[in-house]
Amino acid sequence: MVKHLRKPHDLGGLQDGQVDRSEHTHEPWEKRVDSIMRLVSDKKRLILTVDELRRGIEDLGPSVYDELSYYERWISSLTNVLIEKGVVTSDEVGHKMNDVEARWSADREIEP
Amino acid sequence: MTKHHRHPNQPDIEDTPFTRFQVMTEALIELLMEKKVFSAKEFRIQLEKMDAKSPADGAKMVARAWIDPEYKIRMIADVNLAAQELSLDAGHIPIQVLENTPEIHNVIVCTLCSCYPRMLIGLPPDWYKSRAYRSRTVREPRIVLAEFGTEIPNDVEVRVHDATADLRYMVLPMRPPGTEGLSEDTLATLVTRDSLIGVSLAMPLDLDNGQLENKEEI
Repeated sequence: MVKHLRKPHDLGGLQDGQVDRSEHTHEPWEKRVDSIMRLVSDKKRLILTVDELRRGIEDLGPSVYDELSYYERWISSLTNVLIEKGVVTSDEVGHKMNDVEARWSADREIEP
Repeated sequence: MTKHHRHPNQPDIEDTPFTRFQVMTEALIELLMEKKVFSAKEFRIQLEKMDAKSPADGAKMVARAWIDPEYKIRMIADVNLAAQELSLDAGHIPIQVLENTPEIHNVIVCTLCSCYPRMLIGLPPDWYKSRAYRSRTVREPRIVLAEFGTEIPNDVEVRVHDATADLRYMVLPMRPPGTEGLSEDTLATLVTRDSLIGVSLAMPLDLDNGQLENKEEI
């Protein structure tokens, strides 16, 4: 029998330690990621489905899956899948990220 | 001078360095707005809508089901429709209600990711998305439940439901004993988020703490 190879997200039935029941309040940026997902997957737009988001997360690979936090995986997948679909290009994302970073850094510098 | 009145987009994190992922998030939002995928207004409304979601919606439905057997039947048949009756929006992804009985205790998990009846309960807690909860709940549910302080007697069957992107679940906990005659609003306060996930039971009525009197006054 061929041994079933699990992808990193497929956790059902594995052994693990005790459930850590501590909770954190969602950070504003995490809620913003969530809102992007809601909007692009809503009935009006239907650009992307929840399954596609998850497939994008699976495609991040085992090491990345474990390194990133929950919403870090989401925004990485969302960006990749929207690039795949041609909604945005990787160049546009790269340039816009530079813009945002420059703007935020400038904002920091003028803070007292 | 006016420059000093500009604020970073996320003032609450201004003391910590922003991450690449936060930058990516903002970049993607701005690009999608420029491309008119959604407007700034639609984005703001969506943020507010999500902030407004809480377990209170699910709790309201459970309390109604406890006092109205006909509603319970409709809720089990179609949660999304039953939500509308109470002016709640359960969204377009089907949700199935799992009724706890003296013989069966239900608990939900998403082993693959974090599918959750968020339209009725809000965002899932961290542990719901954790490796430990996702891997072990289908393997040793009674032990996981015990970690939440929920001991299920051996003669009660434990059913674990693995949610997917297209079908989510919400547990309908059992009405706690001694709650006859309580108002629907008071009953709803006994329905915790964790009882809607199935890792705990609905709160027992704590008469010693004057809970009943306090709740009824509100």
